[in-house]
Amino acid sequence: MKRLLRRQACLLDFTLSSLARRPGKNLGLLLVYGLIVFLLASVMLFTDALRSEARQVLARSPEIILQRVVAGRHALIPAGYLERMGRIRGVTARHGRLWGYFYDPAVQANYTLLVPRNRRIADGEIVVGAGIARTRGLDRGDFLTLRGSDGTARSFRVAERLEGESELVSSDLILLSEADFRAFFGVPEGLYTDLVLTVRNPRELRKVAEKLTLRLPDTRPILRDEILRTYDAIFGWRQGIVFVLLAGAILAFVIFAWDKASGLSAEERREIGILKAVGWETSDVIRMKFWEGAVISLSAFLLGYLAAYAHVFYTSAALFEPVLKGWAVLYPEFRPLPRVDGLQLATLFFFTVFPYTLATIVPIWRAATTDPDQVMR
Amino acid sequence: MLLDPSILALLIVSSMVSLMMSMAAVFGVQVMRHWDIHSGSERQLRLERRTYLISTLVAFSFIAELISLLLYVYNAEQMSGRFVGAMCATGVLNVDPWGWPTLYLKIAIFFAGAAWLTLNRVDNRAPDYPLVRIKYGLLLLILPLVLAESVTQALFFLQMDPDVITSCCGSLFSPEGKGVAAELSGIEPGTAMALLALAGLATLLTGVWYLWRRRGGLAFAVSGLATFLLALVAIVSCIALYIYEHPHHHCPFCILKSGHDFLGYWLYIPLFIATALAMGVGAIAPFARRPSLRQVIPAEGRRFVLLALVFLSLFYLIAGYAIARSSLTMVGVWW
Amino acid sequence: MNGAPAMEVIRLQQVKKAFNQGRPNEFWAIRGVDLELEPGRITVLKGPSGSGKTTLLSMIGCLSRPTSGRILLGDRILSGLPERFMTEERRRTFGFIFQQFNLIKGLTALDNVMLPGCPLGGDHRALRQRARELLGRFGLEDRAASRVEWLSGGEAQRTAIARALINQPRCLIADEPTANLDSRLSEAFMEIVAGLREQGMTVLLTSHDPLVYDAPVVDRVVAMHDGRVVD
Repeated sequence: MKRLLRRQACLLDFTLSSLARRPGKNLGLLLVYGLIVFLLASVMLFTDALRSEARQVLARSPEIILQRVVAGRHALIPAGYLERMGRIRGVTARHGRLWGYFYDPAVQANYTLLVPRNRRIADGEIVVGAGIARTRGLDRGDFLTLRGSDGTARSFRVAERLEGESELVSSDLILLSEADFRAFFGVPEGLYTDLVLTVRNPRELRKVAEKLTLRLPDTRPILRDEILRTYDAIFGWRQGIVFVLLAGAILAFVIFAWDKASGLSAEERREIGILKAVGWETSDVIRMKFWEGAVISLSAFLLGYLAAYAHVFYTSAALFEPVLKGWAVLYPEFRPLPRVDGLQLATLFFFTVFPYTLATIVPIWRAATTDPDQVMR
Repeated sequence: MLLDPSILALLIVSSMVSLMMSMAAVFGVQVMRHWDIHSGSERQLRLERRTYLISTLVAFSFIAELISLLLYVYNAEQMSGRFVGAMCATGVLNVDPWGWPTLYLKIAIFFAGAAWLTLNRVDNRAPDYPLVRIKYGLLLLILPLVLAESVTQALFFLQMDPDVITSCCGSLFSPEGKGVAAELSGIEPGTAMALLALAGLATLLTGVWYLWRRRGGLAFAVSGLATFLLALVAIVSCIALYIYEHPHHHCPFCILKSGHDFLGYWLYIPLFIATALAMGVGAIAPFARRPSLRQVIPAEGRRFVLLALVFLSLFYLIAGYAIARSSLTMVGVWW
Repeated sequence: MNGAPAMEVIRLQQVKKAFNQGRPNEFWAIRGVDLELEPGRITVLKGPSGSGKTTLLSMIGCLSRPTSGRILLGDRILSGLPERFMTEERRRTFGFIFQQFNLIKGLTALDNVMLPGCPLGGDHRALRQRARELLGRFGLEDRAASRVEWLSGGEAQRTAIARALINQPRCLIADEPTANLDSRLSEAFMEIVAGLREQGMTVLLTSHDPLVYDAPVVDRVVAMHDGRVVD
C-alpha cells in the first residue's frame, strides 16, 4: 500500500512538473475546459436557484385555489360559493382573495395589486414592493397616484416598503385595503378574484378537489402541488434545452480535448519514449497521463464552478440578465440563495469531466504504448 | 421529461459505457482468438498492448457506472416532486416497471466490474498471464448486463408518465402491501437483525479462516454477498426506522437526505466497498492453484479480505451507532 | 552494486528479429545470433551502421523482444516475457545510456537522474539522496539544480551515466555513447566505464569508434555484419 502511494505521489510529482513545463498548451486547455464548466454550472445553479425560490414562495401559498370559469375564461367568483361548497372534510380554512394586475403607463410596467389577509392596511395607504419603489422613486410618506378603472386618479400614501427575503415575487407588489381595491378596480361587494382553501393532509387534496368540481361545476381547483410539479418540470426542461443548445459547445470541447491529447508534439513523444526506455512501464505512463487529466479536470472544474457560483450568487447571473429581463420590466433584484447539491455536481461531472476523459483514453493509450526502443533508433 | 440534464447525463453515460464495453469485448474476442504468449510476433505484441487499452476502458466504465448509480438515485430523489404520490426516490422508481430493474442492474454491474478488475489485477502479476482467456470471456458475460442496463434505463425515462399516481415508500415499504418491498418491510426487525448478525459472523469467520489458512475465498465471497443482501433487508426493515425515529417509515433512500445527517452514505459506502472487495476475493479464489499465481493470489486475497473486514466492521459499527443514538425505543415491541 | 546478487551470464540462442513482419517491406534486422556474454566484463558490439548491433542491444536490454530465438539471463528466459515483466526485469538489471543522452529538457539534472526510480515506489527521500550521491561521484554536485539544457556536453553525459546507475543495475548498456563527444570526453567516458567494471559491473557497448573498441579496458569485441555475428 505504501509503495503504491509513493509511486502515485512520484508520478503526480512528475505530472505537475511536466504540466508546468508546457504552460501555454495547458493554460489554453484549462481555459476552454473551465469555460465549459462555467457555462453549464451557471445554467444549473441559476435554474436550480429559481426553482427553489419558486418552491419557497409556493410553500406559503394555500393548498387549493378555486377559480370560477365563465366561457373558458377566469371570472370573478361570488362570495356565496364559500357557502355553496358546503362542508368538506379535510378543509381547515377557506376565504376569498382579491388581487389583480395594473398596467402603469408611466413606467410601462405591470403591478400586482393584492389585498393582504394577514395585515390590516388603512384606507388610502399602500405598501409597495422594492421594484416599484425603485422605479418610481418612492419612499415612506410619498404619494403614488394611479388612474382607477373609472378614470379618476387616486393617490395612495406609501406606508411601507417591502424588503422581502425573496424579491422575486414582492418586487412588483402593491398591498392595499379591501375598500380601496374594490373602488379602484370597480369590483362589487360580494365578489372575489378567487377562493383559497387550506387542506392540512396532503393525501386528502385530490379528494377535496374532486368534490369541489362536483359541487361547483363552473369552477376549477388549482392544487399547489400541481403548480410545484409544473415548475419543477419546466425548470428541468429549460435546463435541458440549454444543455442541448450547449451540446455543440461540449462536442467542440471534446474534439478539442481529443486533438490536444492525440496531437502530441515531437518533444512530448520523445519524452514518453525516454520514460519508457529508462524503465517506465506502459501502465505507469497511462497513470501519469491519467494524473495529468485529473489535475487539469479538477482545476478546470473548480475554477469553472467557483466562477459560476460567484456569477450566479454574487452578481445575480449578470450574464443572463439581458435574456431574462424580457420577463418583466420590473426585473427583480434577485439574489438567489446559494445551494449546491450532489445531483448538480454529478450531472456536471458527466457533462464535462466524463467526455474529456473519454476523448483522451485512446490517444493516451496510443502514446503510452510507444516502443521503448524507439529512442535508440 | 427526457430533457432534464441529469436524465440526459444518465442516458449519455449508459450509452458511452455500452460503447466502451462493446469495444473492450471486441478487442477481448480478438485477444482470445489470437493470443499466444510464447510468440514474439508483432501481432502478439499488438495484442498485449491492446490489453492495456481494455483494462483502462473497463476501469473507466466501472467508475462511470459507480457515479451514475449515485446520480440515478439523486435524480430519482429530485424528480419526486413531479409525480403525484412520490415523496422520495422510491416513488419515482415505481413510476414504471423499469425503475427498480435499472437500479439492480447498476448495482450488479458495479460488483461485476469490481470482480473483473480484481481478476485482471491478479492476472497482470503473473508473467504468463494465465487467466487471459477466462478474463476476456467474463468480459463477454458482463457486456449483456451493461447493454440491458442502458435499455432498461432508457425505457424507464421514456415511459415515465407524469399522470401516473405512484406509490411511495409509505405504501411500498409497508408490511400491509404486496410485493418484494412490502415483504422486506414485513420481516420482523428482530429476525432481520439476527440474520444480519449471523451473516456478519459468517463473513468474519470465513475471512479469518482465509487470513489464517489462505483458503475458502469462495465461501467468503458468498457470505459477503449474503451479508450485503441481508444488510439491505435489515436497513429496510429495521435500521432505517431507527434513523427516521418513526416506527413505520421503511424507506432505503430517505436516509440519504440531509435531514438524517446523510447517515445513509455512511451505511452504504462501507457496505458497497466491503462487498466489492469480497466479490473480488471470490473471483480470484478458484485460480489459487495455478502455478504462476500460487504466490500472488493468497497475498492479494489476504489484503482484500482484510480490507473487506475493516469496511464491513465499519458498516456494523455505524448501523449500531444509528440504532443506539436514536430516540426511537422499540423495546417491548420488537425485542 | 554491493549486496546485489551477482550478474549472471547472458545467453542468446538463435535470436532473430524482423520488422514489419508479414508486410511487403518485411526486414530481418537480426538473422540468427548465438552469443554468450560473461558477467563482469566489458563487451563491445562493433559494426557498420545497419549491421543490427543496436537492435541486438535493445533485445538484450529487454527494450524489445526477438521475433524468434531465446535470450536467457542465467537460467531465466527473458525473451518470452510480456512487456510488463520485461520492463520489471529491465529496471532491475540494466541501466541505459543513449546516443543522444536523452535527458528530459526542462527538468533539473537531479530530477532527470531520479526519473527511473519513480515507478518503483521506493522511499522518495532515499532516492533523492542516492541521486545526489551519484551526481557527486561524477563531480556534478553543484549542477544538480540546473536544468539539463544548461549543462555542457560532458556534464550531460555524466548526468546520463548517473541516471543509468540510479536503480543499482548490474549491467550497463550504452548505445554509441561517444558518437556526440570529442576524443577527450570519449576517453573520460571510457575511464568511467573502466571504474564501473572495477566494481564488478557488466558493461555492454555498441560502437564504431576505435577509441572505444580499441580501448585497453575492453575485454571482448563482437563484430557484426548484416544481422549476423562475424568472427
